[in-house]
Amino acid sequence: MLEQQLVNALTLGSVYALFSLGFTLVFGVLEVINLSHGAMFMAGSFAALTVVTRLKAPLAVGILAAMLVSGLLGLAIDALILKRLRARHAPHLIPMIATIGATTVLTSAAQGLFGVEVQRFPDELLPTREFIFGSVHVRALELAIVGIAFLLMTTLFLVLRHTRQGRALRAIAESPKAAALLGINVEGLFLATSFTAAALGGVAGLLIGLNFNSVTPLMGQPILHKGIAVVILGGMGDIRGALFGGLFLGFAEVLSKAYLSSQMGDAVAFGLLFLILLVRPAGLFGRVLERKA
Amino acid sequence: MSMLSIRGVGKHFGGLQVLQDVNIEVPGGAIFALIGPNGAGKTTVFNLVTGLLRPSSGSIAFQGQDLAGIAPHKITRLGIARTFQNIRLFPDMTLLQNVMVGRHHLTSYSGLAALFALPSFREAERRSRERALELLSWVKLDHKAEATADNLSYGEQRKLEFARALATEPKLLLLDEPVAGMNSSEKAVLMEEIRNIRDRGYGVFLIEHDMRFVMNLCDRVAVLNFGRIIAEGAPEEIRNSPEVIEAYLGRGDEAEVLP
Amino acid sequence: MEAFADFWATYSTLIFTVGIHALLALSLWLTLSCGLLSLANAAFMGIGAYTAALLTLHLHWPFPMVLAAGALAPAAVALVIGAPTLRLSGVYLAMATLAFGEVTRILVLNLEITGGPEGLNGIPLLTTWWHILLILAAAGYALARLRRSRMGRAFEAIREDEVAARMMGIDVEGHKLAAFTLGAVLAGLAGALNAHSTFFISPREYGFENAVDILTMTILGGISSLIGPVLGATILTLLPELLRFLHAYRLAVNGLILIGVVLFLPTGLWDSRRLRQLAGAWRTRREGKP
Ligand SMILES: Nc1ncnc2c1ncn2[C@@H]1O[C@H](COP(=O)(O)OP(=O)(O)OP(=O)(O)O)[C@@H](O)[C@H]1O
Ligand SMILES: [Mg+2]
Repeated sequence: MLEQQLVNALTLGSVYALFSLGFTLVFGVLEVINLSHGAMFMAGSFAALTVVTRLKAPLAVGILAAMLVSGLLGLAIDALILKRLRARHAPHLIPMIATIGATTVLTSAAQGLFGVEVQRFPDELLPTREFIFGSVHVRALELAIVGIAFLLMTTLFLVLRHTRQGRALRAIAESPKAAALLGINVEGLFLATSFTAAALGGVAGLLIGLNFNSVTPLMGQPILHKGIAVVILGGMGDIRGALFGGLFLGFAEVLSKAYLSSQMGDAVAFGLLFLILLVRPAGLFGRVLERKA
Repeated sequence: MSMLSIRGVGKHFGGLQVLQDVNIEVPGGAIFALIGPNGAGKTTVFNLVTGLLRPSSGSIAFQGQDLAGIAPHKITRLGIARTFQNIRLFPDMTLLQNVMVGRHHLTSYSGLAALFALPSFREAERRSRERALELLSWVKLDHKAEATADNLSYGEQRKLEFARALATEPKLLLLDEPVAGMNSSEKAVLMEEIRNIRDRGYGVFLIEHDMRFVMNLCDRVAVLNFGRIIAEGAPEEIRNSPEVIEAYLGRGDEAEVLP
Repeated sequence: MEAFADFWATYSTLIFTVGIHALLALSLWLTLSCGLLSLANAAFMGIGAYTAALLTLHLHWPFPMVLAAGALAPAAVALVIGAPTLRLSGVYLAMATLAFGEVTRILVLNLEITGGPEGLNGIPLLTTWWHILLILAAAGYALARLRRSRMGRAFEAIREDEVAARMMGIDVEGHKLAAFTLGAVLAGLAGALNAHSTFFISPREYGFENAVDILTMTILGGISSLIGPVLGATILTLLPELLRFLHAYRLAVNGLILIGVVLFLPTGLWDSRRLRQLAGAWRTRREGKP
């Protein structure tokens, strides 16, 4: 029984990590709490659903559609809204408020386009095989989810660590002004970051949509709150922290649902978040910054 | 007895040692200057005195009272006021309101009095407003009392900050580079004002890069270099101290500011 | 007279809602006036609503006492969570208050006494139009007085520069806690009034979306004066009625408004300073041309 829960926890945790990675990347580079990240998640799910049901495309194409549509939406939000606020040096809370507005627009648009009911992927599209290891049943779908999530996260780590763009991004995260002086195209990389983060969010949405086989316009809200919990757990802007935080939350949630109470699982996540904010605002793994006098 | 005693104070930020064994005795009724090259740790001294930062070692006492563990706003209420190197006004508030904020702890009435505009409220507010206008006229800004602070020129902003600090009725006034960005006539006026303040018995403790200003105005000068006090004395002694000349000469371009 | 009765029968609920939303926007105005972006005010409203409804349903307290309890219960909670939370600044505070709101919602969703997801039913309709008007007027008056007092000036100073305010002898933590708690009082009052005007309450009405709605109203109106939040609340309450023809897309308008205000009207619709300048310009033009 416990082993089975651990498989569920790993599946959920890897998607939380994937989702939170994009969220924390935007905070690290753009210094924006992007509350439209949940809407990217929802949009990715709907994009894939539309492609596979209307165009009868295979699931792999669905994944690409999720990345592309969410990525472009993220790009649009950056180019149309965040960029102007950067130019104006608006204080941090202002872009956050603007992304709340973007979320409302996208959620409402999804409700208008697809209706409010739960939509499902056609059963014949989903892999049905199950692997049995001792007493544990693992669905092929779950394996695929964990595999895709870790594949994308590894790619992101490698890009950040070993490419010129990755190094430039880390320079920007340290100090955008210094990076600009070094001749780095800061605005271009801001746009690229917004695209990448949203694309990852979109895939995460598709994976959750597949796992529970349920897609709704409101699905972005709970995951957004969990993403916030994860990045605070891991330290805002900390890429590795998002990975560990995501997995941690997956395990904490599944196990407390299994062994405490089915509803309180969510309260555990937020109770934890609340406590961490009070005790260690820089996150469990983050450096504690001395406040500037 | 000195008004402010800084004894054996050290401060580090992580691995960066900014101050080491700093001893300063600031007398009352005098103008005391702290000078030193950029990054020497002068502003940090002010941040420690006002309670915004805690010393890593040593102690600070004001009028014999140890300031350790006292909250910054309470230190202000004990009688220490300051201005900031990079001017920190309340930009959307009027000049009058800026100065009246400084009178916060000196204006007292009950919530009920404020809610129903009772006589005690009106009287306290009127006194506070009158005093604020008086301070504004000292710095010749009373004609702009109803303008918002972000409309002021740089020199005017410094003067407003000065008036606002005085509004807390301090016994000791800390001024962080008070004449930076002012023209020479503005400097002369401010110099006169600072002398007036000293003559009324206030203590003045200021940081300044403008040596002419320091040498003409101050009664005593201490020199901070790389976090250590390297000299202290009357302006003439400082002017002729080999260590001080060395500290400034070592920095090439700064040498010529010593008159 | 009959025409009025018809009008009232059709629109009374809407008018009640405008008043309650205005009270909520003022509650957030108060917190924002001290520089605190709180997403907890919807939860405070919920705590007020549930406290009041339970006291009416189970203990049959008289309505004025119910209202007082609805205001004080969230204030007590605000005092307890405020002391540690308000050390956080900016986005961290926003996140912490969001987390607090979620914890509250999930608790209400799972407790027996709150009726779980179904909420509470059969709350007597005790709120009348004059209750709302009276409380709104009293709140407006009290806030207007507050702005003119040393506390109001301290709030504004803290919002503009916390460090400088501290150096002026202001107890920054104490004032933040006061702004947060007084905001909770107003939100709780709005909740108590709301519970007794809708017959039925559920956890869904006090979640993140509602916190965002309150924020949108306040920011749309602008926080430079008390008129702004009331104006914002009125517009955003009436707008969905006018936009019925948009069906599901109706909410998108709220989002577009929020983005538009942030981008093009950062000080909100009612910016007293801009209005004063406009008035000044208009007057000089008229005087210039006799
Ligand atoms: N809060 C802080 N955290 C980390 N380092 C700090 C902090 N405050 C000051 N420092 C460092 O301490 C050193 C001294 O700074 P300080 O501002 O006291 O110098 P200063 O003598 O006032 O210089 P200036 O003449 O340029 O104003 C600098 O290297 C500065 O970077
Ligand atoms: Mg300095």
